[in-house]
Amino acid sequence: MIRVEALSKKFGKVEAVRSVSFTAKDGQITGLLGPNGAGKSTTLRMLSTLLRPDAGDAWVDGQSVSVEPIAVRRRIGVLSHASGLYPQLTARENIVYFAELHGLDRHQADARVTELAALLELDEFLDRKTKGFSQGQRLKTALARSLVHGPRNLILDEPTNGLDVMAVRNLRALLSRLREQGHCIVFSSHVMQEVALLCDEVVVIAQGRVAAAGTIEALRAQADEATLEDAFVKLIGTAEGLN
Amino acid sequence: MRGIFTVFRKEFFENLRDRRILLSALVFGPVLGPLLLTGVLQLSVSKGEAASEQELKLPVVGAEYAPNLMAVLESQNIRVERRKLDEQQIRTAIAARELQVVLRVPPDFAERWSRAEPAALQLFADSSDQFGGDANSTRVSRVINAYGRQVAQTRLLLRGVDPTSMATVVIHDIDVSTPSSRAIFALGMLSYLVIFAMLFGGMYLAIDATAGERERGSLESLLTAPMPRHHLIYGKIAATAAYMLISMALTLLACAIAMQFVRMEQFGISVSMSALTTLKLFAVSAPLALFGAGLLTVVASFTRSFREAQSYLSFAISLPTLPLAFIGLLRVEPSPWVMATPSLSQHFLMMQILRGETPIPTDLLLSAVASLVIGGILCWVAGRLYEREAILG
Repeated sequence: MIRVEALSKKFGKVEAVRSVSFTAKDGQITGLLGPNGAGKSTTLRMLSTLLRPDAGDAWVDGQSVSVEPIAVRRRIGVLSHASGLYPQLTARENIVYFAELHGLDRHQADARVTELAALLELDEFLDRKTKGFSQGQRLKTALARSLVHGPRNLILDEPTNGLDVMAVRNLRALLSRLREQGHCIVFSSHVMQEVALLCDEVVVIAQGRVAAAGTIEALRAQADEATLEDAFVKLIGTAEGLN
Repeated sequence: MRGIFTVFRKEFFENLRDRRILLSALVFGPVLGPLLLTGVLQLSVSKGEAASEQELKLPVVGAEYAPNLMAVLESQNIRVERRKLDEQQIRTAIAARELQVVLRVPPDFAERWSRAEPAALQLFADSSDQFGGDANSTRVSRVINAYGRQVAQTRLLLRGVDPTSMATVVIHDIDVSTPSSRAIFALGMLSYLVIFAMLFGGMYLAIDATAGERERGSLESLLTAPMPRHHLIYGKIAATAAYMLISMALTLLACAIAMQFVRMEQFGISVSMSALTTLKLFAVSAPLALFGAGLLTVVASFTRSFREAQSYLSFAISLPTLPLAFIGLLRVEPSPWVMATPSLSQHFLMMQILRGETPIPTDLLLSAVASLVIGGILCWVAGRLYEREAILG
């Protein structure tokens, strides 16, 4: 479970995130929806301890991101749209490397790779160098890498950016399966349909603030609009930057 | 610690698979180094050979008037070529660089000689001719003068005078240069090559540590590993230093092997790169690897892209190496300051070892400790830079 309270971050004079609060529950997919530049990535980077919050805090399974970042890192798997792999290593070696960084020994790492290969259907390309992988193969490998230490929480920053339709469908299926296993999944997107298809809870972010939060039904009711699109446009205040 | 080792091992083996990195670390120095070194040595050695040991062809006009002198010249490796030229022809030939030195014996030479009067000889040469005319005429006069002195002594003896009474002052030239110190100028290149090859061997790893990870998009994932960020960069610096050490060891080894084929003993120069010498050279320069790895990593962490890093690091590499190319001309004496300066101290220690000297223990200690301490500080700085949020780019 991830709890975010009054999280804020400034870059110079730009207030990227202003007092954002929300809760992402286990066994649910929570979507951060907002136009480009709304502060979604910055929020997720603070959750994954890449950036330190200027004010406020977030707790992952009760551990504070600003006080115990290393303990938080053990509990989260992170997948950003720039999840680069090491091209000279095979998919297996990429995954094992992260297993070892997380303190797994060789035996545990191998066992974990076998599990993940079955879950994510990696076997076909597991022992090939990742140089020249297709988008889908890269995504699966990167996802396996972020799940290798068995985190309960998964943070995905615009994971579908630049993916083809098949890869997106695959990812959707995978995230649904992880939700059934009880994982807490937070993912950001500026694609409305994606959020509508996948998320149990939606947090709408605009200009660094939470504009609205709740289930899709609740949001539609709150905006008093018939279609999802109209509801979001009304909540954000503009259609700019949305898809 | 375990995290540092995990990063080190991954970087070490991953980069073994990268052709560009292998080329820079394992091929560039070890192949180009010995080629350059032996090339320069051969050149300087064969130049020395030309000056003193080679057979000199000496055109002589009127050789028939002084057969004994001709025999003496021949005995000193000067081959006499009998010619018939008048003075004007000799002058034109020398001016046109067709001939370098010409000896002319006048017809009355034998007569004056037998009467024990000063017998004149004419030696034509262009003293402005730097390509041998000057040196060769000096060589010919030296031989003739020595012969003349010898004959004068015999004449004095025949007249019952002790020839030593002629020698009022004698200068003994005592050449204190050992045979190997003459080759040192050319060997000054060795330390330059070794240090350059070392830094170059680790350059791509240092780039990869920051700019490369960022450009590939793997940095964010790496930074979510549950360990202090500076441990990640320490592992990377360790891998960079390891490649530098390997590159340096291979370059030294290749140079040592190549030196076996440069037959310098025949020219009176004996520089041996024995196994022990090579080992000593490695030992004194090894501490520089930490400094080099730290320096390149710090510089690379300020760059935004692979290309940018490449140009900055080429500059960073020339910083500790370029001065070595000129240091021989500046007559810098080893002082504590020099010995505390990374790269410079290694250069001096390597030169001492090549010269067959034993470096002072305090110099060895100062050089190693200074390089390791400064290298350690650079690693710490790199660690701090990796902790910054700006590292995400």
